[in-house]
Amino acid sequence: MLSDALLHLYRLMMRIRVFEEKVQELHKLGRLPGFVHVYLGEEAVAVGACSVLRRTDHITSTHRGHGHCIAKGADVAPMMAELFGKADGYCKGKGGSMHIIDTSLGILGANGIVGGGIPMAAGAGLADTVLGRDGVTVCFFGDGAANQGVLLEALNLSAIWKLPVVYLCESNHYMEFTPTADLTAGRIYRRAEPFGIPGVEVDGNDVLEVRRAAAEAVDRARRGEGPTLIEAVTYRFAGHSEGEEAFVSAYRTEEEVESWKARDPVTCFRERLLAELPDRASELDDIDDAEQASVEAAVRFAEAAPFPPPGQALEHVFAEAGA
Amino acid sequence: MANVYFMQAMHQALAAAMEEDETVVVLGEDVDRGVFGVTRGLIDRFGPNRIRKTPISEATFVGGAVGAAAAGLRPFAHVMFSSFFYVAMDQIANQAARLRYMSGGQVELPIVYFAGTGPSGSAAAQHSENPHSILMHTAGLKVVMPSTPYDAKGLMTAAIRDPNPVIYLADLRLSRLRAAVPAEPYEIPLGSADIKRVGEDVTVVALASLVPPVLEAAAELEEEGVSVEVIDPRSLVPFDWEMVAASVRRTGRLVVADPARRLCGAAGEIIAGVSERVWDSLLARPRRLTWPDVPVPFSPPLEKELDVGAEDVKQAVRDVLDESSRRIPAARGAARGSA
Repeated sequence: MLSDALLHLYRLMMRIRVFEEKVQELHKLGRLPGFVHVYLGEEAVAVGACSVLRRTDHITSTHRGHGHCIAKGADVAPMMAELFGKADGYCKGKGGSMHIIDTSLGILGANGIVGGGIPMAAGAGLADTVLGRDGVTVCFFGDGAANQGVLLEALNLSAIWKLPVVYLCESNHYMEFTPTADLTAGRIYRRAEPFGIPGVEVDGNDVLEVRRAAAEAVDRARRGEGPTLIEAVTYRFAGHSEGEEAFVSAYRTEEEVESWKARDPVTCFRERLLAELPDRASELDDIDDAEQASVEAAVRFAEAAPFPPPGQALEHVFAEAGA
Repeated sequence: MANVYFMQAMHQALAAAMEEDETVVVLGEDVDRGVFGVTRGLIDRFGPNRIRKTPISEATFVGGAVGAAAAGLRPFAHVMFSSFFYVAMDQIANQAARLRYMSGGQVELPIVYFAGTGPSGSAAAQHSENPHSILMHTAGLKVVMPSTPYDAKGLMTAAIRDPNPVIYLADLRLSRLRAAVPAEPYEIPLGSADIKRVGEDVTVVALASLVPPVLEAAAELEEEGVSVEVIDPRSLVPFDWEMVAASVRRTGRLVVADPARRLCGAAGEIIAGVSERVWDSLLARPRRLTWPDVPVPFSPPLEKELDVGAEDVKQAVRDVLDESSRRIPAARGAARGSA
């Protein structure tokens, strides 16, 4: 990979990292309405997978969707404004953290229902197939969603129709507040096998490993050879939901969290780049500074943006015919 | 104009829409055969790329229609029996009905969710629902329920061309209806009711399979000197309040016949909506003719027990007439006297 491309992967991971740390801070300060679920620790999955997609390709995302949106090209300023519920947000304040959508970037939506985006991904793949486009859809979902029936339905449907969809499970080890292994039979990636499609396990903390697996699956899909199930094994540094300590007691040990932080996907990739591209070290610092500054600017943008006029609660239910 | 059956009328509209717009695709179980006839034969004309026979995975093809619509298709999803909407309710209520709103108006979801609906003869409680009131309540879904082949064809064309998810409920009890319809496609705008019989004394709003018995009752009441106006809303969301309210403003009396349960049903909603608009014109309490609040039973006499028939309609009409002919001041006096 060209060094510029490697630096771009780093830039996107860092963008997610600083965005999410800022979101945590804002949430603690009581500045964000509603629930927020941050993507800290999982940055390599979204960035690795989206790095092999075109702008016109689609993704479906989850309640933990900020990272997917950033990796697919979303701008942090309207994202932050959406989290504030402001009129200049991606969805004009109608969706919030769990529902960021930008159809011009192929982002069919973060989704508040666990597994809710899975059928939509199959449908987007169907549209590509029927219309003869060579588009691909990446369906992000978590290990919690792997136990929703729609996953098995969609794997079956995608397999029989050879839909160009990559089902990408982010196994972050927890389904809300419960270890996934406690309530999950077998391994998730092996659920591909009975459908006769590739099932791949990959280190979800290694952006290049994710990219490699995604590239193979995306190429296969683009060639019309059908879907792939990838399980990217990673870890959620933060809780399920910001502020959860107010209503759940600790459910994981500090040792466990620390052991995963030692494998932090962002810092590990940074160290690797420093080792492999020592002459570009100062650019990494510049990226860090630039991303920090852009997130600060996003917060200022969001704060300055107006709330939507209350009457807008009544709009956008239906599209006008011929509009 | 050729005579066509109820489901054939919908088939004609769907086939014409597929000719007109190559992004219209059909999804659903056994759609190559088409159990109700609406999709039958389309596979020979349009091929398996556009006529997509799905596994029995309602949640996934109902939700798949959302993703497909967001990515450029106009899916016609054949849900078969309307009871099966419940299997896919997350995808209907949380996805199809929400995506446009949650995105601040970014997406259009031109989807038709078609299902045969209502009791069809001992199909029992899981194949006999009329779920329109639940779907009406969802916000983000249009809901239509025609009662004639002509309306069925025009509403189907409008539903397919509409940029929103439209729930299209075809009452299975109307399957044997046959009438002349124009061969070429035409639209009946969603949200336009139709006066099926003009009258002066009582307005009866009837939905789907209750339109024929209400018309029968109206004809018989005519012989008793009672003039009944029969309105079929055809579309429940949006609803033609203007036409129904104008009628009740003239007649002062309202009966609503809805082949569905009573609690939180369309009949109650129509009565509330009309009362809010023309309260001062009402000469009697409006009446609801609905099923009782029970699931649809299997055994033929039990299933029949739920039915609203022409006799029930006649009785309700006579009741509102009787009540309104009583002297209102005397009634008030009696109420005070009994207190």
